[in-house]
Amino acid sequence: MNSKETSSATTSEIVLSVQDLSVVFDTPDGAVRAVSNVSFDLRAGSTLGIVGESGSGKSVTASSIMRLNTATSAATTGQIFVGGIDLLALSEEDVRKVRGSQVAMVFQDPMSALNPYYTIGDQIAEAFLAHHPKASKSEARAVSLDMLTKVGIPNPSRRIDEFPHQLSGGMRQRIVIAIALVNNPRILIADEPTTALDVTVQAQILELMMELQRSEGMSIILITHDLGVVAETADDVLVMYGGRIVERTDVYSLFDHPAHPYSWGLLRSVLSLSESGENELFAISGTPPSMISPPSGCAFHPRCAFAASMGEKCSSDVPVLSPVAGTSSESACHLTDAIKIELSTSSAQGSV
Amino acid sequence: MSTDIVLEGHNLTRFFPAGSTRWLGRSTGHVQAVDDVSFQLRRGTTLGIVGESGCGKSTLARVMTRLLEADSGSLLLDGEDVTRIRGKSLRNLRRRVQIVFQDPYSSLNPRHSVGHIISTPMRLQGIEPAQGVKSRVQELMEIVGLNPEHFNRFPHEFSGGQRQRIGIARALALDPDIVVADEPVSALDVSIQAQILNLMRRLQSELGLSYVFIAHDLSVVRRISDDVAVMYLGKIVESGPAESLYAAPRHPYTKTLLSAVPVADPVRAKDHKRIILSGEVPSPIDPPSGCRFRTRCWKAQDVCASTEPPLDEIGSDRRLACHFPEEV
Repeated sequence: MNSKETSSATTSEIVLSVQDLSVVFDTPDGAVRAVSNVSFDLRAGSTLGIVGESGSGKSVTASSIMRLNTATSAATTGQIFVGGIDLLALSEEDVRKVRGSQVAMVFQDPMSALNPYYTIGDQIAEAFLAHHPKASKSEARAVSLDMLTKVGIPNPSRRIDEFPHQLSGGMRQRIVIAIALVNNPRILIADEPTTALDVTVQAQILELMMELQRSEGMSIILITHDLGVVAETADDVLVMYGGRIVERTDVYSLFDHPAHPYSWGLLRSVLSLSESGENELFAISGTPPSMISPPSGCAFHPRCAFAASMGEKCSSDVPVLSPVAGTSSESACHLTDAIKIELSTSSAQGSV
Repeated sequence: MSTDIVLEGHNLTRFFPAGSTRWLGRSTGHVQAVDDVSFQLRRGTTLGIVGESGCGKSTLARVMTRLLEADSGSLLLDGEDVTRIRGKSLRNLRRRVQIVFQDPYSSLNPRHSVGHIISTPMRLQGIEPAQGVKSRVQELMEIVGLNPEHFNRFPHEFSGGQRQRIGIARALALDPDIVVADEPVSALDVSIQAQILNLMRRLQSELGLSYVFIAHDLSVVRRISDDVAVMYLGKIVESGPAESLYAAPRHPYTKTLLSAVPVADPVRAKDHKRIILSGEVPSPIDPPSGCRFRTRCWKAQDVCASTEPPLDEIGSDRRLACHFPEEV
């Protein structure tokens, strides 16, 4: 856990900067605003956790950074800077040079991320050769072998010629990580990398990612719905709801004094191992918003316990992400700072 | 503590043919999905069953509900042997034992209205509720927190959490005594999980239900269960009252599982000591000899490979199958 201290101490170079990103999908049912006006920075060597429920826009944000949303279905606006270059302004050909070599991605389901027809060695080599066209096949194989060792595959010289179906889920996710890291990217985006895995295997994979982060000096964007995973890995956190960032803060502040009613609700509904079922579990009422016809104003207002006290404001105006006085957090909420701080102290009593 | 046992399993075993097929389609191997499992469900309480994928917990759920028949062993409902009942008596069992499935998308027929889905069990059993089918359906919808006006809508018009409520309403349609829930909240978002768990608890106290709650998420199981059994590769390795099991796990596997759960608190997460297991879950077609966990266990000795540890009583309702248990 040293990474947390060092990364927050070295104030830091920004390796990725997302400015005012919006993504709109055109569907037969109407336009879906999957991501609206999202801005954030990723500091060198740090881990940024993006938390949210299904449909909150966290995965679309990630795939936009990889430029994986094709122009035909999605309208993407804003800017995404990596090393001073705006990825959204690049041609498809130039994007391919960045994809994999500077920014790489690990997906949720390792089975569908791997090609069942090719050996794992070939798949790692393919990723390597994409950015090293002059390298020989034997060179690529040597690199693959090296990567397999690095991600902790036992007996790599035998495993290299196996197919994905011969490996367990945890092993497959290690292979996906090996493919992502073979070109030494500065930024790794992991979209729910452990959600499909068992809890003991999840522990192995998270450990591996943190270890590789230390040894390779990567920056990581970790997308997850699991607040436990965030607490154990992230330095900074974005909380997303209805396609927008509702809170932006560091991990300690989030758990100590959440500054948005949604973050507060999420933290209170986290189940802990030490808690028995004596008392009623806190639940956020209602359901996540429809992205085709999202609520007016603040997307969270129909589920928010505090919206009623604010009159019409929450249902008419979209709140802007702004600093909360007396904290290092930013929150997109109409409540006054005093109420937000009061709210976070009551959550501290309610949880853990 | 009540000794009123509503559902009981003795040495239940269920194998599936697997592996390469020989001439004339005879298979040469077996997946030992559930192997010699015994359990007791006390009336009005919840028995939680935890384990990782492939440990046999879903097969056990299906054996408990008689959706699958056990190869050997016996299943007792209110002391009566129901392991091999058929026809009318099996139909009667269905009224008393119901199941809720994991995926609220694939477990509801998209072409049937919610009213039709919830009333199907009554139709199949030939039950004509006194107040009429429609009003019974609406009553059930109200009980599980759905708008009764929506009985004509179709599953796609509901969110994941609402669909799981429909699944629960269907399970309650016949007024069962026992509901077996197989990963009922694992497909749902965190904020919705809490709603469904609260609903299940409320229904339990209002209707006097007994639950078997199967999940891989240890915090969820802790929340809802009175007793907990931990499964590994088809066997129960440890069981007991939830509180004492979680406070003092004795089996190395239970201890590992508990330590692997991420702690939702960055300050405590810093000095959270995790046990990271080496290796993988072995194949259930060819499980290790002796103790099945020994290939990944840091305490394993020769005796673990040669002798299978029996699931022994270790006092205060706790049971444990381990040669070298953890100290309390």
